[in-house]
Amino acid sequence: MNESASDKTNSVATTQQDAALQGTVGDGDQYLTFTLGDEEYGVDILRVQEIRAWDTATPIPNTPPYVKGVINMRGTIVPVVDLRERFGMETLEYTQFTVVVLVKVIHGNRERIMGLIVDALSEVYGINEDQLRPPPEFGTVIRTDFIRGLATMEDKMVIVLDVDSLLGEDAGVGGDGD
Amino acid sequence: MSIDMNQFLQTFFEESFEGLDDMENGLLNMTAGEPDVEQLNDIFRAAHSIKGGAGTFGLNSVTDLTHKLETLLDRLREGESEVTTDGINLLLASVDCLRSLLQAERDGTEADPQQAADITTRLAAMVDGDDDDGSSSDGNAGDDAGSSATADDGSGPGGGWRIGFTPEPHLFMTGNDPLRLLEELSELGEIQVSCDSSSLPALPDLDPEECVLSWTIDLYGDVERQAIEEVFEWVEDDCSLTIEPLEPAGGDTTTAAPETAPEPEAASAGEPAGDDTQQKPAQQSSGGNASTSSSIRVDTGKIDNLIDMVGELVITQSMLNELGENFTMDKLEKLQDGLAQLERNTRELQENVMRIRMVPISFAYSRLPRMVHDLMRQLGKKVDLQLNGEETELDKTVMEKIIDPLVHLVRNAMDHGIEPPEKRAELGKPETGTLEMNAYHKGGYIVIEINDDGGGISRDRLLNKAREAGLVENGSELSDEQVFDFIFHPGLSTHDEATDVSGRGVGMDVVKRNIKALGGNITVNSTPGKGTRFAIHLPLTLSILDGQLFRVGDQVYVVPLISIMESLQMQGGKIKRMAGTSELYEWRDDYIPIIRLRELFNEAGGGDLENELMVVVEEDDRYVGLHVDELLGQQQVVIKSLKSNYRPVTGFAGATILGNGTVALILDIAGLLELAQARDEVLTKGANN
Repeated sequence: MNESASDKTNSVATTQQDAALQGTVGDGDQYLTFTLGDEEYGVDILRVQEIRAWDTATPIPNTPPYVKGVINMRGTIVPVVDLRERFGMETLEYTQFTVVVLVKVIHGNRERIMGLIVDALSEVYGINEDQLRPPPEFGTVIRTDFIRGLATMEDKMVIVLDVDSLLGEDAGVGGDGD
Repeated sequence: MSIDMNQFLQTFFEESFEGLDDMENGLLNMTAGEPDVEQLNDIFRAAHSIKGGAGTFGLNSVTDLTHKLETLLDRLREGESEVTTDGINLLLASVDCLRSLLQAERDGTEADPQQAADITTRLAAMVDGDDDDGSSSDGNAGDDAGSSATADDGSGPGGGWRIGFTPEPHLFMTGNDPLRLLEELSELGEIQVSCDSSSLPALPDLDPEECVLSWTIDLYGDVERQAIEEVFEWVEDDCSLTIEPLEPAGGDTTTAAPETAPEPEAASAGEPAGDDTQQKPAQQSSGGNASTSSSIRVDTGKIDNLIDMVGELVITQSMLNELGENFTMDKLEKLQDGLAQLERNTRELQENVMRIRMVPISFAYSRLPRMVHDLMRQLGKKVDLQLNGEETELDKTVMEKIIDPLVHLVRNAMDHGIEPPEKRAELGKPETGTLEMNAYHKGGYIVIEINDDGGGISRDRLLNKAREAGLVENGSELSDEQVFDFIFHPGLSTHDEATDVSGRGVGMDVVKRNIKALGGNITVNSTPGKGTRFAIHLPLTLSILDGQLFRVGDQVYVVPLISIMESLQMQGGKIKRMAGTSELYEWRDDYIPIIRLRELFNEAGGGDLENELMVVVEEDDRYVGLHVDELLGQQQVVIKSLKSNYRPVTGFAGATILGNGTVALILDIAGLLELAQARDEVLTKGANN
């Protein structure tokens, strides 16, 4: 019963990933993009460990509200962060399209897996380093060090995130070496 | 086809190190003058196995040394030689030397050839003439090392000796200093030194790490040849040494030989060299402790058990398989039986697999006798070390991590706890102090106790120190326990100066931190003048605990079963209030605080507590009632770390994955109390302002 449930999530994950992979456009480093409302965000695809449909998470009391809790990723405990709440955006009900993108976060000398809850997956783009433009110094509500750069893809602006500084800080506080 | 010898080599090293440990233990149990043939046989056997193995693998240095060792052991065994304290110490030094040789072979590093040569020489000397120092038997003692042994062994001819000392260029590399040797010689009698600097190169060519000087030393006085040889004992192989009697006339080069014959200090001259031999083994053995083997030795019985259980599991599985293939509703009961059996098999298998990791605490104990033995000599104290509960098993990882704290505590007890024999006599205590270690299971914990009957810790002094450091508010009363707990505070020591033995390295705060990191706890109790008792509580394993599941709001949490004193339904009459807000419950003639977990976990709700469920938990002898919504089952849970992908969260020891795949958090009672206290402080501030 339990097994079949996880099988299902896995298959959802793979089909979505396949779909995203087939949509590859352009050269350069590959970025997986996803949407929050009308906005499109990207993360380095090499950092993506797994994509799964939203299922419940176990909340951890007394942690920031955007930390939605922890989930079971094949036997390890992984925290998930609601990216809308992290960026102070209006929150949405989670739907069948809501996905959790599990990414590898390197902070200090530690590697961690953390999940990002996003509205839906979008595309995989190849973006060259020179296509990345620096974010404006002000006028964004997202801290500029969370953003690696902005790129234009098919007339859309893709905000490429730096997951290490975005998530590393949350996990870094009070975390020690082991 | 070549056989991969490496795998055997690994086994050989493991067995040899075990053999050396056995030898060491046997030697430490031996008393001078009372040879125990059985014990000698054991030591001999261990040495023999090492020799055999070393021969197979072509480790000649090891074979040679063990061969010499065997010769001496054989003589002792046959009763041809007497077991003396020196003999035991030499044998211990040989064990250390063997260990470092083997370690060097294992790690592919270079062993100090000097050490082995010295030991070989001393072993040969002991075999050749146990107690014939001063006798006229010919002194072949130094032959092995190639030192000159031409003159007879007796005392020098009143006039003294001329010593030609030409060290090899690499002398400094072996850690020897000619100056020290000359100083030692000067302790034997009056000396006149001339230095030959003829081979000194021009400054640009000079290698400062090479010794290019040689010396001629005239030693005046009635000194035994052996005493001089002892001075050069450590450098014999790294120099050419000549010792010739001085012409009574004063010799050909020396013009002003004083007639006075200074006091022969042969007795004291032996000491500096002797000290060296004592220091070296101590360092060696501590180096040896640092290595932790990555393999584990398992009782065959445990493995046979596992095989049986896996067999049963396979049978159950095939039965279920068959049942599943043509299942009809009337077989439901059979299915349930099968599943129950599967559950039992799995649980048993899990328990037994966990048991493989359990090793007896004697692994940790084994380091202690030697350390105590060495420290006794170093500190001039007499201590009787008693080890109890050696069979108590604990997790291998826990074991490895507990060794350092244990060593530290024993060192501390030896250094600061137990008084020197004179002082003990003055106090009317037996001169020999007692250091007792106990290990036993208690509940889900292993308890390790370290008791000494030394001076104890002065409560007042500690309290004053804590006050000075601003850790205690003036006027506040503290329990003994709270006061003694300050010794684990970093930077707080009642000893004003650090000694060689303790006061360096890890402090008590590190001891406590290490033990806490294992999920354990350490407490201390002390009576001034009577002694000190440390008690370490450690969990049996690190990864599994028996948990009680309960629900708060929509979430399931786990609390370790060992923390639970009682679960009960609250009676209205026993719920008391303080200042209108904080709630207490009357429990076993006591009032304990009630923590509403809903509130603490920021869940909605509240209301009347009457008839609600409460779990009474204990932490550090403090009791507290946790208000929960519903009690669920009890089960073993595998502890998963929260901080490996996130960070430590106060109040939670980790998380676990339940049968349905969801995650449940495991409560950490100590952290929970911290949370509750922090919340109370906020509340009181609000109320009192």
